[in-house]
Amino acid sequence: MATQWETHPGARTMGPLPVVGRSTLTANGKTNRQANTATTDLLINSLGWFSIGLGLAEVLAPRKVAKITGARKHTGLIRAFGVREIISGVGILTNRRAAGWVWSRVGGDMLDLASLGAAMTRSGRNRSKTLLSAAAVAGVTVLDIRAAQQVSAQKEEHDALDRLEASVIVNQSPEECYTFWRHLENLPRFMSYLESVRDMGNGRSHWVALAPGNLKLEWDAEITEDKPGQTIAWRSLQGSEVTTTGSVEFQKAAGNRGTIVRVQMSFAARGQALARLAKLAGKHPEQMVYKDLRRFKQVMETGEVITTEGQPAGRTSGATWLDSIAR
Amino acid sequence: MKANCWQSKKKMSVETVPDPKILNSQDAIVKITTTAICGSDLHLYNGFVPSMQQGDIVGHEFMGEVVETGKSVSKLKVGDRVVVPFPISCGKCFFCEKQMYSLCENSNPNAWLAEKMWGHSPAGIFGYSHLLGGFAGGQAEYARVPFADVGPLKIENGFTDEQVLFLSDIYPTGYMAAEACDIKPGDTIAVWGCGPVGQFAIKSAFLLGAERVIAIDKIPERLRMARELSGAITLNFDEVDVLESLKELTGGRGPDACIDAVGMEAYGHGPVYAYDRAKQAMMLETDRPIALREAILACRNGGVVSIAGVYGGFVDKMPFGSLMNRSLTIKTGQTHVHRYMKPLLDRVERGEIDPSFVITHRLKLEDAPHGYDMFNNKENECIKVVLKP
Ligand SMILES: NC(=O)c1ccc[n+]([C@@H]2O[C@H](COP(=O)([O-])OP(=O)(O)OC[C@H]3O[C@@H](n4cnc5c(N)ncnc54)[C@H](O)[C@@H]3O)[C@@H](O)[C@H]2O)c1
Ligand SMILES: [Zn+2]
Ligand SMILES: [Zn+2]
Repeated sequence: MATQWETHPGARTMGPLPVVGRSTLTANGKTNRQANTATTDLLINSLGWFSIGLGLAEVLAPRKVAKITGARKHTGLIRAFGVREIISGVGILTNRRAAGWVWSRVGGDMLDLASLGAAMTRSGRNRSKTLLSAAAVAGVTVLDIRAAQQVSAQKEEHDALDRLEASVIVNQSPEECYTFWRHLENLPRFMSYLESVRDMGNGRSHWVALAPGNLKLEWDAEITEDKPGQTIAWRSLQGSEVTTTGSVEFQKAAGNRGTIVRVQMSFAARGQALARLAKLAGKHPEQMVYKDLRRFKQVMETGEVITTEGQPAGRTSGATWLDSIAR
Repeated sequence: MKANCWQSKKKMSVETVPDPKILNSQDAIVKITTTAICGSDLHLYNGFVPSMQQGDIVGHEFMGEVVETGKSVSKLKVGDRVVVPFPISCGKCFFCEKQMYSLCENSNPNAWLAEKMWGHSPAGIFGYSHLLGGFAGGQAEYARVPFADVGPLKIENGFTDEQVLFLSDIYPTGYMAAEACDIKPGDTIAVWGCGPVGQFAIKSAFLLGAERVIAIDKIPERLRMARELSGAITLNFDEVDVLESLKELTGGRGPDACIDAVGMEAYGHGPVYAYDRAKQAMMLETDRPIALREAILACRNGGVVSIAGVYGGFVDKMPFGSLMNRSLTIKTGQTHVHRYMKPLLDRVERGEIDPSFVITHRLKLEDAPHGYDMFNNKENECIKVVLKP
């Protein structure tokens, strides 16, 4: 599952490249992502068994459950919940793509809470018991939500690092978008990590990228495909410290609503350049291209990229909350 | 300059911070002459809006004088007196072209973050969390206003600040909530919440032709304001059963449209309230939709539930079956303020409304933290606080 930045043909002879991006290398050689996956799996498995256990109890001994939870009059309902619990428990345990099933548990908890709420409003004497069991179910819900979140996050992490893709709709014609992009020296206006792109003629260009900490990465590239108003593709030249390919496609959006812009890029590096590339990609390489595309949209529609960098705040450190989660 | 900064839950403080600078060529810097505290700010104050950071300058209802413009600004000049709408809008995107300004696609630099939480991102908003752009707000001496040619409304006649300030938010917000009700002659409109937004919703419902407006709250002076200044029928939810009373007032049918001007921090009674508070405290639901549930259940078949109150995340026990089976329509959103500023200023000019009627307290900017505390606790008959830098 660990994704590797291994698009450089020469890289193979050197064995796999270290993994960069969100999954960083840990001491035992296991990636954090693998460790996270293990925790999530454990959480999901226990939820699955919890569901089945609770479900069986609800089906086999609805009265007891009703008594414990203080919802005496609702044994029929409780039996129904039990069936649902078992179904979702089995679903969680047997389904390899558990996201949907875990969310069904969350839904189930809400049902439980809702009916406990109903019990609460009616039965005065049993209220404290009901409150207690509401708290218990609520506790399970926390687990559910955490698991569901982790599963969703995990899904995202499957995004390959060597095939970064994004698309956005822009309120301008394909020709306008193409023309702006084809003038490669415009790219640093929205690709935040680029310091400059110099057009050297003959479809060749020189790119300079800056990773945090003023770390420079440079490469030469050539255009490999160029269809005015439709597509542009490029790739780095042999021997560059960074191996990269990219392409952008401009498609007229339905209903005269501008242009759907689709981008695909990959990066790889070797030796010393790798660490700088990892810095450049940050914790969310899968977001990098997408954020750039949103900036492209801003430039195309409003003429510039809107920023809040440099605005006042009542704190001494210059870093924003966002910096802390985004890099 | 001095600016009111969010420190932590229930803690604001006025700090000395650097003056704002032009950061984009379409920016203007406005020297603020009057600003206000909004019910939405209370959600920040009480810690219900995620992604606030210590030191963030808050405030989104402000007006003042243009003191500097970026090089691409053409409609505003230094010296112009302007009211600034709270959503930030580019004027060029799909949604701005449709006049749905609070959904601008280009004004939230942190759109990707909002997309994670909400699927898609709305516009950036002044002083309203990093999720909505992390823009420094207007409870300060100066503010930087992006897209200055698109948002700010020039005030060229002799109105006082207090008469036009609320064009920045609550007057358009109340109006949009009432407009969404698609009011027909003879209609009865029920409004939950008699805070500033509720007051403007009530007035607007009458302006748009409602025959009766029923206002619901529990705070006596707010109910009195609704009754005496707008002619609403009032219900105190501490004293009467709201659903029963609404049925009685409408012969069992229910109000033609219901406006929720309460939002995520609604009060309530008994176990349901305890349930929502507990779940909110445990982060199992982010919002307490007590007024909203009631508005849905109360609304007549085929009616409109118009939601002006702000919600942030997830709510539980929504009577969705009621909504579906009875053909209700939900209308909601952060207000598309730009769309309403000019026409609503015209109404002020024609003397149909004087928006300053909601103001109960005038404080110095330095006293903003006290203003928050008082407004939050609904003390001293506080309904709306304006601040003077
Ligand atoms: N949609 C928008 O663009 C927009 C703009 C501004 C404000 N708002 C929102 O509108 C809401 C109201 O703002 P405000 O400035 O009037 O705030 P406010 O806090 O002064 O008003 C809320 C009122 O609701 C009352 N209330 C609480 N629980 C109630 C219940 N169960 N039934 C009836 N009334 C109840 C309170 O007593 C209070 O008077 C807030 O959620 C605010 O964030 C939305
Ligand atoms: Zn507001
Ligand atoms: Zn826009």
